[in-house]
Amino acid sequence: MITLEAVQFRYEAMLMNFDLNVARGEFMAVIGPSGSGKSTLLSLIAGFETPLSGTLKIAGIDMAETSPADRAVSMIFQDNNSFAHLDVWTNVALGISPRLKLDDAQRRLIDSALERVGLKTYTSRKPTELSGGEKQRIAIARALVRDKPMLLLDEPFTALGPALRREMLDLILGIQKERGLTILMVTHQPKDAKYAASKIAFVDAGRIAHVLPTEAFFAGDAPRDISAYLKG
Amino acid sequence: MVEHLEQMSFQNIKITAALGFILGAVAFGFLPLLWLGFVNGFSGFDAYLPRVVGFTLKQAFLSTLFSLLIAIPVALAFARRQFWGRDALLKLFSVPLALPAIVAILGIVGVYGNNGAFGGLFSVYGLSGILLAHIFFNMPMAVRLLLTRLDAIPAENFRLGAQLGFTSPQVFRFIEWPQIASVIPGIASLIFLLCTASFAVVLILGGGPQATTLEVAIYQSLRVDFDPARASILALAQLAVCGVLVLIAGQFTRENSVFPRTLSKLRRFDGESALMRMLDIAAISIAALIILPPMVNILIAGITNIHVSDALLRATLTSLGVGLSAACISLLLGWVLADRAAQHATKALRAVIALACLAALIMPPAVLATGWFVILSPIADVSRYAVLLVIILNALMALPFVWSPLFPAIADARLRHDRLCASLGLSGFARLKLIDLPTLRKPLALGFLMAMIVSLGDLSAISLFGSAGFITLPSLIMAEMGHYRMDAAAGTALVLAALCFALITLAQYWSRSDDHA
Repeated sequence: MITLEAVQFRYEAMLMNFDLNVARGEFMAVIGPSGSGKSTLLSLIAGFETPLSGTLKIAGIDMAETSPADRAVSMIFQDNNSFAHLDVWTNVALGISPRLKLDDAQRRLIDSALERVGLKTYTSRKPTELSGGEKQRIAIARALVRDKPMLLLDEPFTALGPALRREMLDLILGIQKERGLTILMVTHQPKDAKYAASKIAFVDAGRIAHVLPTEAFFAGDAPRDISAYLKG
Repeated sequence: MVEHLEQMSFQNIKITAALGFILGAVAFGFLPLLWLGFVNGFSGFDAYLPRVVGFTLKQAFLSTLFSLLIAIPVALAFARRQFWGRDALLKLFSVPLALPAIVAILGIVGVYGNNGAFGGLFSVYGLSGILLAHIFFNMPMAVRLLLTRLDAIPAENFRLGAQLGFTSPQVFRFIEWPQIASVIPGIASLIFLLCTASFAVVLILGGGPQATTLEVAIYQSLRVDFDPARASILALAQLAVCGVLVLIAGQFTRENSVFPRTLSKLRRFDGESALMRMLDIAAISIAALIILPPMVNILIAGITNIHVSDALLRATLTSLGVGLSAACISLLLGWVLADRAAQHATKALRAVIALACLAALIMPPAVLATGWFVILSPIADVSRYAVLLVIILNALMALPFVWSPLFPAIADARLRHDRLCASLGLSGFARLKLIDLPTLRKPLALGFLMAMIVSLGDLSAISLFGSAGFITLPSLIMAEMGHYRMDAAAGTALVLAALCFALITLAQYWSRSDDHA
């Protein structure tokens, strides 16, 4: 579904070089030390950053000339996922039409997405009146109405407590099952990765050092850099 | 415990003295006006007054409107684009803020006046000249204030916009406008207030009863027509207008929510179309065309005309002396007020302190000066106290500029140090020397320098009290212009501009250099 071949990117003094393959319907977690390039990897896929060289394909199509809006991905950030001055409903509606010209079917789609994420009673509230978890639900609802086959999650639940994180992951996993989404999630919480992901990519110093099935990642005989990272 | 009580009473003495000083200055300005107004039955309310008030508000409104209409597209363009020379150009945008009005006016006359490079395009005197000068000062300020706000937009907003396929108008509607809309009323009311009280610009570029503002009309009744009764009516009108404006502006100064700045460099995805590019280039070019020619003129005319004369030397020394004294008084007042406001002040006390800081904005120099003049002239020769009066007036005018760096720093320092100092028994002079002076060094210096710049550039106080024996750099420029010695004026203006520029550079250096305070 996503293929990166020798995708190079420079951030200040750091030269990054990514090779990665994510299969359709896979939930892959991206783990690694701070500043290793995890978020940059997601930004490259979403089109917020332009590679120096290499090939980046989504669903077999080269993305070199494709704008962020035309890529088959939705991304959820750690924060600032919504516009503070617009109510919840409008924030979700922007996922369908930036001009906010909507027909009845689209309105119903928005309502059902809000119901699916549990924000049905909050539609006319402003994001600033919501809790951290509820704010992220807006972004999830918007991803639902956008209906793109891929979801990129950049530490979306880092600010939330353990129980709430688990709840949000369950929501994401449920949606993944319904829609067959391909998911790439950057996280600092090995526990979350263990809970949700089937595969884990370990990023270190601007490279993908390992891609392992989740059990192998947490197994006693995992590569030494991984166990060193997990021990902290 | 005894020490604690002594501490308390010393605090009370300090704040009472500072507030008493400001209140006294204000009362001596205000009460004589009221009295004079009553005595004369407010007889000055002839056709002249509404006309002056009308023009004052009209020019302030138009100045504000045009400054913002130009500043908004310029700020958007700067926020959207990275180009060679961008940072240098933005630095030049901060120059008008430090430039004394009289210097900038000389530059504007030099460019657009009859003998200027662009002479004859339009009349530099009258409303058009006043507007141009006010735009010259306020548009760059508005650009910088708007840009600060635009720069604080989280990168995720633009990324989200890119993912959702926002066009440039949609980026403006959903991302940029909501951000700047919250600060525009504050910026507009600030510009309006500054233009209402503007003195030098209207004095030199205005003219006749058609194009005069209250501030200048007060000066003329006092110094040209020797009509204190009329001055008092005008001053009461100015007081009413400015008082209302300060109250309105005060509504908007509350801190806006600060956005967490993400680490990623802000990259924009919009505005790639040829049309947007052209619009942005046009906006930035127009702004540059407004502010650059007068600055170039000041530099070139100044360099070619600088002659060290006795008059120039004396005026420079006088300006420095007045500036240093005014800055000392202003800093002392500001420090005492800010320090008290930072310590569990009641709401009422806080309001009184805030108003005291704005005294010279609510009562512009001409208003205060009129009252002082009226009360002093029967009992003493006003000119003998001229130096002192100008220093006090300048100190009051500079107070808001001392307050703004000082108060947040003091509030923060008190929050961090008060408990520790109390537990260590550190107080009085020892605390001042060991804790307060070292940690507040930077904001104190900054406030001092800003006060100095305000005082150095002041033309209103010196015009009201100055004389042949008491001439500062701005009044020397004014006198030279009055004698049509534009070359000499240009040389003097460059000296003054260089002084202010040196101070602002120092101030910027101070506020930027970040040692672990």
